[in-house]
Amino acid sequence: MTGTYLGMPAFPKAAHDAVHDPVLRGNLRHATHTIRAKRARAVGELSDWAALREAGRRIKDHTLRHLDRYLVQLEESVTAAGGTVHWAADAEEANRIVARLVRESGESEVVKVKSMATQETGLNEALEAEGIRAYETDLAELIVQLGKDRPSHILVPAIHRNRGEIRDIFRTEMGEWGRPAPEGLTDTPAELAEAARLHLREKFLRAKVGVSGANFMVAETGTLVVVESEGNGRMCLTLPETLISVVGIEKVVPTWRDLEVFLQTLPRSSTAERMNPYTSMWTGTTDGDGPRAFHLVLLDNGRTDTLADRVGRQALRCIRCSACLNVCPVYERAGGHAYGSVYPGPIGAILSPQLRGTASEIDASLPYASSLCGACYEVCPVAIDIPEVLVHLRERVVEGGPAVRQGNTVVLQPAKGHAAERAAMRAARWAFTHPGALRTGQRLASRTRRLHPCALPGPGRAWSGTRDLPAVPPEPFRDWWQRTRGGKDGAK
Amino acid sequence: MRVALFLTCVNDTLYPDTGRAVVKLLTRLGVDVDFPMAQTCCGQAHYNTGYRHEAEPMARHFSDVFGEYEAIVTPSGSCGAMVRELYPRMGERARAEGRGDALARTLAPVVPKTYELTEFLVDVLGVTDVGAYYPHTVTYHPTCHGLRGLGLGDRPRRLLQAVRGLELAELPGADECCGFGGMFAVKNADVSAAMGADKVRNAESTGAEVLCAADNSCLMHLGGMMSRLRTGMRPVHIAEILASTEEEPAR
Amino acid sequence: MSSRERILGRVRRALADVPADEVPYEEAVSRDYLREHGRRTTGETVELLAENLVDYRAVVHRCDAEELPLLVLRLLAERGSQEVLVPPGLPPEWLAGAGPVRVHDRAADTAGRLDRVDSVVTGCAVAIAETGTIVLDGSPDQGRRRISLVPDHHICVVRVPDQVVSSVPQALERLDPTRPLTWISGPSATSDIELDRVEGVHGPRTLEVILLG
Repeated sequence: MTGTYLGMPAFPKAAHDAVHDPVLRGNLRHATHTIRAKRARAVGELSDWAALREAGRRIKDHTLRHLDRYLVQLEESVTAAGGTVHWAADAEEANRIVARLVRESGESEVVKVKSMATQETGLNEALEAEGIRAYETDLAELIVQLGKDRPSHILVPAIHRNRGEIRDIFRTEMGEWGRPAPEGLTDTPAELAEAARLHLREKFLRAKVGVSGANFMVAETGTLVVVESEGNGRMCLTLPETLISVVGIEKVVPTWRDLEVFLQTLPRSSTAERMNPYTSMWTGTTDGDGPRAFHLVLLDNGRTDTLADRVGRQALRCIRCSACLNVCPVYERAGGHAYGSVYPGPIGAILSPQLRGTASEIDASLPYASSLCGACYEVCPVAIDIPEVLVHLRERVVEGGPAVRQGNTVVLQPAKGHAAERAAMRAARWAFTHPGALRTGQRLASRTRRLHPCALPGPGRAWSGTRDLPAVPPEPFRDWWQRTRGGKDGAK
Repeated sequence: MRVALFLTCVNDTLYPDTGRAVVKLLTRLGVDVDFPMAQTCCGQAHYNTGYRHEAEPMARHFSDVFGEYEAIVTPSGSCGAMVRELYPRMGERARAEGRGDALARTLAPVVPKTYELTEFLVDVLGVTDVGAYYPHTVTYHPTCHGLRGLGLGDRPRRLLQAVRGLELAELPGADECCGFGGMFAVKNADVSAAMGADKVRNAESTGAEVLCAADNSCLMHLGGMMSRLRTGMRPVHIAEILASTEEEPAR
Repeated sequence: MSSRERILGRVRRALADVPADEVPYEEAVSRDYLREHGRRTTGETVELLAENLVDYRAVVHRCDAEELPLLVLRLLAERGSQEVLVPPGLPPEWLAGAGPVRVHDRAADTAGRLDRVDSVVTGCAVAIAETGTIVLDGSPDQGRRRISLVPDHHICVVRVPDQVVSSVPQALERLDPTRPLTWISGPSATSDIELDRVEGVHGPRTLEVILLG
């Protein structure tokens, strides 16, 4: 993915700072708790939610299992409708294609609709290097871009900022990029939205090239779908003369009818609305309406490697709703930046180590960034069993084994940092399959109980830094049972 | 009915009172309960930390020890979920790895007859009033693997509501994880502690004397935190509350 | 090797475990969900549409064909609109009440020109009651996508009950995927500040829906 995240510290270290930042904690808590209750209400309105979720899961699974066929069909449909399809094996190739298309249009700036795929490829930085300026037009992306910040949420990349911080960024930075913030701008959300409207309007009106992602691509019709709220998507999709959409290959669905499932589950899961304000659907180009040239860049960038993993491939069902982030107690406290990827939260913890591999410190630590509470799986509208994939990836980290990287099968070595843990796990397994040994250990613990400290030194501080240890009882249960035959002989 | 108590390694070693309470409660309800001495650990910690292959012999051992019983009862939502949810998955994975059906066949018998304690009481014995007496204010934390893994639903609450003298105080944010999460508690100690502190704060806000749950590992984490923060609240496993009577009251 | 061949090759290798005779799409996808939620009379469906439109801050009006020109005129006057954009196939009688200057959309008009127009009046292709959504499909009474986007005030006329369906699945059945489609549920909005919804960003900040019956 992007260079921005290389060299990120492991999750626990990055989370440490976030946990002790009271403003950030407050911002995240407020935002995630606001949306949680609303999502539950929006989902609760549909009596057939479970059936919709199951249908969504099955559509995505079926598509993934026949992805080659649907991609070829999509390419045919888009081409027949007047679009041009490009294939990008990795981020660099995708960025190269987009830069070339922009140059060919004779332009040096583009307006962008919020897109995870282009965040993932680091398109803005790549275009900048080519002398092309990319303007983010989604409000939250604008906040991130103006604040020279990193996104921390899939749906609301500036979720870590509160209204006061946003006002300050607008006041100081908007002038650098174009129309400055209005005089006397306050921190009311309506005024902040108005400031963004004024700032971006001049850019929309003169834009000749738009860059987008897509939420769905329909193989049978060649239709692309963008789901949004603000209208910046409509601006970017309809006003420019050239439209370039960069879309992950897993975003294809077989039929037009499949949209009836996702257009019900996505808005309710993401913004907790019955329907988001705007959804745009386009099929190739239309004479006299919208862009005259349409380019679709199909992006792999680790997706086929993910597809090769029979347990992990379910992560490709993701429709980027971010319900799992909003409900996650770890995300709420660690914040999005700790995940070191444009995909934070539970879905990021299973996507990043698959798209990028588990070689880096941050990627090897992500599968552990979860208490396995299962709240993410419960809310996922396509039923991705995130805890299952997390545990599977933990296994890949500690045991190594075969995996596919950039299309090639490789055998991963067990991670070095886990040697002591591995030895302890093996010893424990031995004891647990030899009840006599377990019993000896228990008795030893009980007999020495008065010597036990209530806090531990060294690595044990991870536990006892904040928690007292439980007192060891005078005898384990099994001794009591044996002594009293389960209390039947009256002894206590 | 031949019922085996699968106490779990944590309870056996650290919380024998919970084990004694389960025996007392089930005996009072007319169940003949046995404690197979060869039992050890279900392998959950290994499995969830990524050591599935180390967990396999432990699962086979579990099946050897408990396979003959008609029902297996455990006072742990987490370990119950390990057997019910994850043993079948271990079997499937072994099959997918080309190791045949042996593991799946070995583990299959114990899966459907393993019950978490409150499930066993409500679903198998068909009781919600177990004749308990516990004159304290209690707030109940539904632990994640019981709540979402096993789908215990309102069974624990119904059991608690039928306890004489017990006043049940609603726990704000009850569905949220307490932050234990096995190795998570040490691998991500900061986040774990932050989650625990929020849970303890919510529990304290109820004014209850007792924080009750159906899993001692979560209570070990929360209890350790309450003890460190000197909250004055105490963690009590639901089995100990349900076993308590006027004649033999629990603390 | 082209990237196309490379990616398709990777996909095929990744799917080596998928049997050749796997169940086809029609069987693999379960459609046990509802075609619509709840049973309603036609009148109740229109009521629900109105309710949900209002819930997302659209302004809803009702009238019959005779009252329509005056209503449109009144809404434009209340807004103080000097100019109103007119799609090529808008029924002329809808704007029979004269009033503001009519600007007929022409291919040559720049976005900047459209930005100076106060209001736009369009019809729609279909409206969805359960979600409070109107869908435009670029038919002559709706025009190009940009004309219902750039002006800050959008008046949309929905013919009830003919153009109203209950649900998203029913709407998709009626729509033609080859046309450019815009689904609109209330005025533009954002949840980007503290995940709390506020109305009014880049699209029209005022959406008025006339239920014409």
